[in-house]
Amino acid sequence: MLKDITIGQFFPGHSIIHRLDPRVKLILTIAFIVMLFMAGSFYGLAVGMAFVLLSFALSGIPFRMMLKSLRPIMPILIFTAVLNIFFIKTGDVWFHWRFITITQNGVVSAVFIIIRIVGLIVGSSLLTYTTSPIQLTDAIERLFAPIKPLRRPVHDLAMMMTIALRFIPTLIEETDKIMAAQKARGADMESGNLVKKARALVPIFVPLIVSSFKRAMELALAMECRCYHGGEGRTRMKQMKTSLRDYASLALTAVFIAGVVFADKLGPKVF
Amino acid sequence: MAVIKCENLTYVYGEGTPFRKVAVDNVSLEIDEGELVGVIGHTGSGKSTLIQHFNGLLKPTSGSVCIDGERLWDDKKRLRDIRFKVGLVFQYPEYQLFEETVYKDIAFGPKNMGLDEEEIDRRIMETIRMVGLDKSLLEKSPFELSGGQKRRVAIAGVMAMEPKVLILDEPASGLDPKGRDMILGQIREYHKEKKNTVMLVSHSMEDVAKNATKILVMNKSKVFCYDETAAVFHRASELEQMGLSTPQITRVFNRLRAAGIPVEDDVYTVDYGKKLLLKMLRDDRI
Amino acid sequence: MNTFLSAKNLKFSYINNMEEPPVKTEVLHGISLDIKKGEFVAVLGHNGSGKSTLAKCFNAINTADEGEVFSCGYDASKEENLLPIRQRVGMVFQNPDNQIVATIVEEDVAFALENMGVEPEEIRRRVDEALKTVDMYEYREHAPHKLSGGQKQRVAIAGIIAMKPECVLLDEPTAMLDPKGRAEVMKTVKMLNEEMGVTIVLITHYMDEAAQAERIVVVDSGNIVMDDVPKKIFSQVEKMKSLGLDVPQVTELIWGLRQEGYDLPEDIITEDECFEALLGLLKPDVKE
Repeated sequence: MLKDITIGQFFPGHSIIHRLDPRVKLILTIAFIVMLFMAGSFYGLAVGMAFVLLSFALSGIPFRMMLKSLRPIMPILIFTAVLNIFFIKTGDVWFHWRFITITQNGVVSAVFIIIRIVGLIVGSSLLTYTTSPIQLTDAIERLFAPIKPLRRPVHDLAMMMTIALRFIPTLIEETDKIMAAQKARGADMESGNLVKKARALVPIFVPLIVSSFKRAMELALAMECRCYHGGEGRTRMKQMKTSLRDYASLALTAVFIAGVVFADKLGPKVF
Repeated sequence: MAVIKCENLTYVYGEGTPFRKVAVDNVSLEIDEGELVGVIGHTGSGKSTLIQHFNGLLKPTSGSVCIDGERLWDDKKRLRDIRFKVGLVFQYPEYQLFEETVYKDIAFGPKNMGLDEEEIDRRIMETIRMVGLDKSLLEKSPFELSGGQKRRVAIAGVMAMEPKVLILDEPASGLDPKGRDMILGQIREYHKEKKNTVMLVSHSMEDVAKNATKILVMNKSKVFCYDETAAVFHRASELEQMGLSTPQITRVFNRLRAAGIPVEDDVYTVDYGKKLLLKMLRDDRI
Repeated sequence: MNTFLSAKNLKFSYINNMEEPPVKTEVLHGISLDIKKGEFVAVLGHNGSGKSTLAKCFNAINTADEGEVFSCGYDASKEENLLPIRQRVGMVFQNPDNQIVATIVEEDVAFALENMGVEPEEIRRRVDEALKTVDMYEYREHAPHKLSGGQKQRVAIAGIIAMKPECVLLDEPTAMLDPKGRAEVMKTVKMLNEEMGVTIVLITHYMDEAAQAERIVVVDSGNIVMDDVPKKIFSQVEKMKSLGLDVPQVTELIWGLRQEGYDLPEDIITEDECFEALLGLLKPDVKE
């Protein structure tokens, strides 16, 4: 049950997208998001979507994974669509019955926003699908490194992220174990109202917190024994290197941004 | 009558995924009331999965488990009641303690059974005597106790439910030799006094050999054998081939036998080995 | 002098600040101990005897209240010696889960070297070497939580030996492992000592592991009560039992026979020795 949760889903691979410098990938993703928000017409949006679909195809990640990433945001998509369709009352009226009015503008903007959100989700999932969480935190740490006042907090944050990611599977396993142990002592976690259910979690959470503290103490000790003393003077085994392919992808992205601007001039503005 | 009876029990993890694994493979087994069963087998042999079926924490993929003559999973409403008949103490049980006081923590199981205060109190007093905890500890927080004491509080919490079958998974792991002997001794006493069925899962052949009346050996998700302790140690060489370590004393006697000395092939405790040697030496001297 | 770790009249107390006024409990009552370079020392003692506390004094995790501690020539009480000592005296703990920091095996092994500011190419080289030493090289890209206990513990050892320490302190490294994992870890520890000349201090509850050391130190309520070669330690069966410790089964058997008046060597601690001795005792009779 708990073991089914996957956090920061990452699909190891060796595609060109996988091999891009994580820092570049992060910048590209941000550039893509900018692209989506710059686009004011369907033409511009089409160029942006072409960019993300091309990247997705290059990554070798199965297409159904893209659909899977969209499933959790279905409610948001529907909610947005409903909001736009029913509350935008300008433009040609396509349908009218009592207080319900559906206009052309409403439908157009609903479709536009849905495409934009889908693009947003697909783009950022592509980043997490092709970049391991560690690479991602490393990339963030290194992008911020030149900004001196931010260096320390960013290092600490990245270290915390790494440890959190390392311990999530361990703690999930432990939660399963504690739940089984308490069930064996007759703990009833399924029946009863909300208050009763909440109270039934105490025998799970107290041991979990106690053991997490113990783990934290022991880990801190082990880190100290391995000469950890903050980010100062630390080197890294895996260097991040920008290569030709990274510059090429940056150039390509710049072309696509220009494409969005140009395409927008051709089509009718939606926003 | 068999208190635990499994018929063609099979359990498969991750059915329909690439990680599919048959953890328990077509196991049929009858455990009689009043035995002290040692369960051995290396990590991944299926022994942990098997014992979790005995109190309904896992549902068989196929086959059945009967506890005290009643089939588990026939009526889901009865599950919790049947579960009270089989007490399961997990490895490192001290990690399940959560109450403010030792007393309340031991009372958690009995309370879930719906017993009245008086009965709960009687059971707590009885179990702390059995696990050798002092009364003065009852009002303390379980988190203030030493490692060995915490372990005994956790075991008492399950014992107080007075299950017909008490299953303990590695009850002595991580303890020092004295703590280990103490806990195992108390489990032996509990078994003697209560005449209940006890199952002791352990990696330590020495511990199992010293305590169990019967041994269940699991290998590759199947029951390799379930027999009297002496009979299982008859097959010491097969156990070693399986990657299980036999007691040092058993290995020495097997080597003596291989060297042509007529010693018994079921030696698994120091006391028995000593008695045997003394008898041989004395008989020969006369 | 080739003394590598040394404690002189070492006293150490834990302070419990939760109580009012804070309660001070002395755990080590003036310990003196010298460990030579390249030695393999096992430390025995029941839980709470102070053996872990003692080990943590040697790599400057604990600082002595009184007395002095020197680790590879550095005074462990001086703040500026912390990092040099920890690079030279590594420590492995009981729970393998709680000492692995990274989500990929090789990144965890690199952790100490990264902290020390070693050059990337050199880190790569030493990480690969350390992983090969503990026989975990093929798992270098695996996630640690999917490994077995013995494998995790070997990754933890690799993380320490990548620092190229001169000494490794191991605090019950096999307590949470199954027999297979225990054997793997012990094999690695012996190899470090015999082939790489690393000084080993092994805290354990398993007598068969202690029997493999060159020297055993027994700690009881904050004092060293025995310090000798394993044969001399285990032959004192009654004293060991009174300290809440054990002896190997074969030692106990031979001791039992000696009590009955049979003439057997008193310093038998291995299966082979026991077999030979019993064969000598029984064979003449059988031959007749």
